[in-house]
Amino acid sequence: MCKTDLEIIDILENNSRIRPEQIAAMLDLEVAEVENRIKALEEEGIITKYLTLINWEKTCQETVSALIEVKVTPQRGAGFDKIAERIYRFPEVKAVYLMSGGYDFSVLIEGNNMKEVALFVGTKLATIEDVQSTATHFVLKRYKQEGVIFDDKEQDRRLVISP
Amino acid sequence: MKNWSDKLSPAVKDIPPSGIRKFFDLVSETKGVVSLGVGEPDFVTPWHVREACIYSLEKGYTMYTSNWGLLELREEIARRLYDDHMVKYNPRDEVLITVGVSEAMDLALRAILAPGDEVLVPEPCYVSYSPCVSLAGGVPVNVHTTLENDFRITAAQIEEKITPKTKALILCYPNNPTGATLSREELMEIAKLVNKHDLIVISDEIYEKLTYEGEHTCFASLPAMQNRTILLNGFSKAYAMTGWRLGYACGHPEIIAHMTKIHQYTMLCAPVTAQMAALEALQNGTEEMLKMVAEYDRRRKLVVKGFNEIGLSCFEPKGAFYAFPSIRNTGMTSEQFAEKLLVEAKVAVVPGNVFGENGEGHIRCSYAASVENLTEAIERIGKFLKNNSLCQRCG
Ligand SMILES: Cc1ncc(COP(=O)(O)O)c(C=O)c1O
Repeated sequence: MCKTDLEIIDILENNSRIRPEQIAAMLDLEVAEVENRIKALEEEGIITKYLTLINWEKTCQETVSALIEVKVTPQRGAGFDKIAERIYRFPEVKAVYLMSGGYDFSVLIEGNNMKEVALFVGTKLATIEDVQSTATHFVLKRYKQEGVIFDDKEQDRRLVISP
Repeated sequence: MKNWSDKLSPAVKDIPPSGIRKFFDLVSETKGVVSLGVGEPDFVTPWHVREACIYSLEKGYTMYTSNWGLLELREEIARRLYDDHMVKYNPRDEVLITVGVSEAMDLALRAILAPGDEVLVPEPCYVSYSPCVSLAGGVPVNVHTTLENDFRITAAQIEEKITPKTKALILCYPNNPTGATLSREELMEIAKLVNKHDLIVISDEIYEKLTYEGEHTCFASLPAMQNRTILLNGFSKAYAMTGWRLGYACGHPEIIAHMTKIHQYTMLCAPVTAQMAALEALQNGTEEMLKMVAEYDRRRKLVVKGFNEIGLSCFEPKGAFYAFPSIRNTGMTSEQFAEKLLVEAKVAVVPGNVFGENGEGHIRCSYAASVENLTEAIERIGKFLKNNSLCQRCG
């Protein structure tokens, strides 16, 4: 992985809709080279997906999310990865992290309402063999996600012309 | 009072108002404008700096500081100048904290000029140099840099304008509005001249950190130049702190003492709140500053390539955050061009003539704007040129 690749992903991470022509101009490269590099980054699984960050609270769609602390008992020979897979395969699960400290997995779940999420935890998550216990924390409000402040009141306050 | 006009100081009356003013009003009245006319960072001051300032207020830092400014800040500035350029200033009597480079420039000129003294001002340049020279009783003498040399001043061009009355030379590299920088070798040639004619150099290095190719050379770091240089710098551009109004001047204890006298009676001291913030910026702000610089560099390349592609001939600026493309082939003056562009394409740029006579034929485009806005502006300008059959490539 070279510096140029890092610059490309740095630009794309902030704005995935930026065109290869623009990246090429910004980094002094040929457009074809940028395209090839992006392709290679995609093939290597470094760029995994192009997503859109949505502030759901502003839409008419009600969704709830919860962070679940999960404690598990890893089985000999299988370790954490095997249990993680049992958890992350569910489409309701949006993110899974192995954690240091008081519990093992942090699991982010999204659903249409609290009942749905609670039901999922009770019937699907807590019942996985190696899961010892769960603690569910519902998200009440999102202030910032992926480095972006929702409802940021900072705007361009500069004069339109200055010397 | 019946007639103010009779009561006004002739020195002030003689100074024309800034050429930007008229254009500013026009832009302000137009809706949907993408502005490339802004001479300040589009970043907000990094949060850790703002936070440090809030904390300083909570702790009660609301008083005057010494006339020179907080010693801790002066020490940090001196340390930084030594680390970056190997120039040694004693923070106790060779560094003065000012209200921006703007005040520092005024102090420097007022401290050195006797009536009629000439100051060499390479043009195009920042709008306030010549008026400040006049207000201080001096005579600004313009030295014209040329497009052929990418607006870099040469020792020969300077020497042509030197007279027995020449007292000082103002240098500003990286340059506003052209983005030009000077190499160490080019500056050495100027330094020789400065020695030969016993001149003072006022070096406005406010865009120092925004140097994208080659290394910035601090004029005071050249052999024998520290003694002759009044070094001006500040926090506005590098740390995105324009509104804090903070800068500094460094130089021989004697000139600093005299500048401090004026500062003491006219300003007392720079605002303590801004000084506390600047201290934080110097101590912990390098990483964020470098990120902003890297971002400007990308936009710089985007803009230069974009302009050249749509047929607006643009040399590559090596510093600051301005491109200075030529519009000579359009047959319009830069004011006509800027006005037409504003009305027809809703893109605001600054006509080059406000930065000096030989800025005519150019427009200043600031790339302190988001990639989206820059792309949009380039597209609009491209269409504008096509619609008016002005594309320089298409002939
Ligand atoms: C070359 C130059 N010098 C000085 C200034 C003013 O700086 P300050 O904000 O430190 O007063 C500017 C601002 O645009 C500038 O471009």
